Amino acid sequence: MVRFMPHDHHHDHRHGAEDHAHALLPPDPALRVKALETILTAKGVIDPAALDVIIDTYETKIGPRNGAEVVARAWADPDFHARLMEDATPVVADLGFFGRQGEHIVAVENTAEVHNMVVCTLCSCYPWPLLGIPPAWYKSDAYRSRAVREPRKVLADFGVTLPEGKAVRVWDSTAEIRYLVIPERPAGTEGWDVERLAALVTRDSMIGTGLARVPEDAA
Amino acid sequence: MTGQMTDRPEPVFAAPWHAQVFALTVHLNESGLFAWPDWAERFGAGLKARGLAKELDGGEDYFSVWLEVLEGYLAELGQAEPAEVERFRAAWEAAYLATPHGEPVHLQASA
Repeated sequence: MVRFMPHDHHHDHRHGAEDHAHALLPPDPALRVKALETILTAKGVIDPAALDVIIDTYETKIGPRNGAEVVARAWADPDFHARLMEDATPVVADLGFFGRQGEHIVAVENTAEVHNMVVCTLCSCYPWPLLGIPPAWYKSDAYRSRAVREPRKVLADFGVTLPEGKAVRVWDSTAEIRYLVIPERPAGTEGWDVERLAALVTRDSMIGTGLARVPEDAA
Repeated sequence: MTGQMTDRPEPVFAAPWHAQVFALTVHLNESGLFAWPDWAERFGAGLKARGLAKELDGGEDYFSVWLEVLEGYLAELGQAEPAEVERFRAAWEAAYLATPHGEPVHLQASA
């Protein structure tokens, strides 16, 4: 007899007459994932411990703070900025932010003339090592279809109004190339160090659906 | 104040199984079962097909498509046949129903 331990202990609460008599039954897709894990573990194709490490990494170690550090360094250090804009992949790898799927990271910079915005019209390609798991809206049909067609309207939905005449450039991510938007550095931050600057960099500002915080809001 | 996020943090994964199926896919890619672009291409096609029937909101339905595509891909690769997946799914369901509340759930392999 083979015994398998489940990986999670968060079960779907179902309130029925027979409730609490037995362990709470997870939703159907959760059982299907367990079935896949059981089959692949028995075949030696996967290592359940490795799955837990991946989940832990994405839940606790990877998030938009990584990207914010990259942006803040680009603002504070002209040499770093130059290297990042030339080829971001090795530069962010030096900071310990590796693309697990071997993708290239491309930094696109907002200026007074152009605003950059990122989408994945195919599915949800996203710079995971820098921003973590994408928010639900990034994965939605609505965003994926509208970002290219009507980026200004999408920006307005996010509360971003750009000056007349500023161009909007939309970058469509692929499995091979992920984009990181470098937002414009807010005024009044001269001489700030990386840590202080990073606090102004929001996740949305690195997708291009937001702007960096201004110092007054961050205080 | 430095280093402080005023954004309300969003849950990384809305449900535990979202994290499990995500990690499973990443792990299978890293262990060389498939290349990420091949996965992305199939997943993109799956989203497109489902999105025609109804607008996907990027939450639960997104990972439902993810799981469906992964099941199809694993069947195609000969790693997990649909009948086998259903057998183990049913076994897990039975195990949950047979386990007293509060105790760890074990799967008793029928083979």
